[in-house]
Amino acid sequence: MSDAASGSALDDLPGELLMWVLIVSELLVFGAGLVAFMAVRLTDPAGFAAAQDHLFRAGAALNTMVLVSSGFLAAQALRWREAGARGAARWALVAAAALGVVFLIIKGAEYAAKSADGIGWDTHAFFTFYYLLTGFHAAHVVAGVVLLMLVAWRDAVANIQAVAMFWHMVDLVWVLLYPVIYLLA
Amino acid sequence: MKYETQKIALAYFAVAMALFAIQVSAGLLAGWVYVSPNTLSELLPFNIIRMLHSNSLVVWLITGFMGAAYFLIPEESEREIHSPTLAYLQLLILVVGTLGAVVTYVFDLFHGHWLLGMEGREFIEQPVWVKVGIVVAALIFLYNVTMTVLAGKKTAITNILLLGLWGLALLFLFSFYNPGNLSLDKQFWWYIVHLWVEGVWELIMASILAYLMLKLTGVDREVVEKWLYVIVALALFSGILGTGHHYYWIGTPGYWQWIGSIFSSLEVVPFFAMMAFAFVMVWKGRRDHPNKAALLWSLGCATLAFFGAGVWGFLHTLHGVNYYTHGTQITAAHGHLAFYGAYVSLNLAIFTYAMPILLNRDPYNQVLNMGSFWLMSGGVVFMTFALTFAGTVQTHLQRVLGENFMDVQDQLAIFYWMRFGAGIAVVLGALLFIYAVAVPRKEIIEPGAAETPAE
Repeated sequence: MSDAASGSALDDLPGELLMWVLIVSELLVFGAGLVAFMAVRLTDPAGFAAAQDHLFRAGAALNTMVLVSSGFLAAQALRWREAGARGAARWALVAAAALGVVFLIIKGAEYAAKSADGIGWDTHAFFTFYYLLTGFHAAHVVAGVVLLMLVAWRDAVANIQAVAMFWHMVDLVWVLLYPVIYLLA
Repeated sequence: MKYETQKIALAYFAVAMALFAIQVSAGLLAGWVYVSPNTLSELLPFNIIRMLHSNSLVVWLITGFMGAAYFLIPEESEREIHSPTLAYLQLLILVVGTLGAVVTYVFDLFHGHWLLGMEGREFIEQPVWVKVGIVVAALIFLYNVTMTVLAGKKTAITNILLLGLWGLALLFLFSFYNPGNLSLDKQFWWYIVHLWVEGVWELIMASILAYLMLKLTGVDREVVEKWLYVIVALALFSGILGTGHHYYWIGTPGYWQWIGSIFSSLEVVPFFAMMAFAFVMVWKGRRDHPNKAALLWSLGCATLAFFGAGVWGFLHTLHGVNYYTHGTQITAAHGHLAFYGAYVSLNLAIFTYAMPILLNRDPYNQVLNMGSFWLMSGGVVFMTFALTFAGTVQTHLQRVLGENFMDVQDQLAIFYWMRFGAGIAVVLGALLFIYAVAVPRKEIIEPGAAETPAE
């Protein structure tokens, strides 16, 4: 009885099991990072607020829209591919990857502006977390862009699904990071 | 034994067990020096005893892994080992290298010589010629097993095992790079020490454990493989950046404190998964395998690895905690239970499973073997608790109250005595184990009598 239960629970899971393992692991890491950020913030609320004012909030808001649109395109690509529209699916994946690059350009401009202001990872604890969390996230965006291009080329349904799952995780993490790091007053 | 060349494993296991006996004896001697510090201080200084204890551990564990590979790869690949001659040559090189290293350490021969003298870096202090020998032996080994796997059937177990063994050999190459800057030295040093035991060795452990579960419980290969992939993914995800927990205080940038704390906290997850895996397989399995001792060692391995590597590791992995506990007896407690649970027990599990097959016997001395499990495990667990309490007291006296190191050591004497006592149990357990797997039972039942049905 228990055998059947534990077997079916995993069988009902859509997509690749290992991708779910990765997604849960990533959420744990970013979640722990955010918890640590909040905990350290408690020790110095004024310092954190002052540091946060150096951030370019409008750019990050724009980036949120860019990334969510990109996630929409990746999801759309999977639907189109399942419906047999391979060409449309490929273009959607390329467009999703291009928006990923746009995200990275805006992010890069943000880092460059910080650097020009003389702000580094050790300027303040706030910036340690800022660079760690957004930098680690940006590394995932880079990986996502590569993967999106890869499945635009090797476009089996299972491949697109796996990468769309990954890409939504990258989206989700950004949607969690953005309010906590940029907006939380 | 289905394949003739599996016999190679016998020689590897024999060497491994001989070194195991030496390792625990050196450990016991080191434990005695803790309670009676001047013992042999001129003849065999403590740092040399400690080096023998830790180096022989690493060498026998790796020899055991290699033996395990030679034992299980033919069965998994359904092929004889590519070249038995090379396999024995490889073992010879390793034995000569090990003896050379030991002699060089003990007599400090060729002091300072670039090729023949010891290098003085903890755990990778082998003279350069021994390191080259290790690399040659590793290349022979990888060539031999990879050719076998490539020619035969590829299974998840052999794939993961090979990935682990290749990683083990490639990471060792960092031992040739010795930067003058002490921070950089330590940074690369951990590429070997950490990425071995909290990276690629976990792959080796998971694959050997998966093989044992497959054989002992009779659960479907598909189920075992699914677990294996998940465990490996979790181990690499947490373990690679988990290296950061060694970069807190060696001069590396401060962001490592957060990277190390967060990722290494997750290192407990693959160990939990391995424990869950072992128990779920036994619970699901329908096979009643006669080698109960091998099953006990396998379950004991998964459980003690979870506590030793996982729980005791987490205990002092957060940098805020480690700031106080770093380098105290807490570390020693973790080190002992982690190595014993994860890698010693794993080797003893595969020895227990394989030895009767290699010697073409029934699994004799089950009770003795299981007795050795409880004696050894009880000893190591007691030692772990003694050292944990010692470390807690030490942390408080030395790091919080700021007392002098040696004054604190005097106050820890009671714990060191308890650790020595636990060490005696471990050594006796180890000898009992070796006797149980090596020596057949004396009273052999006559074939005629065995065939007579009981009334």
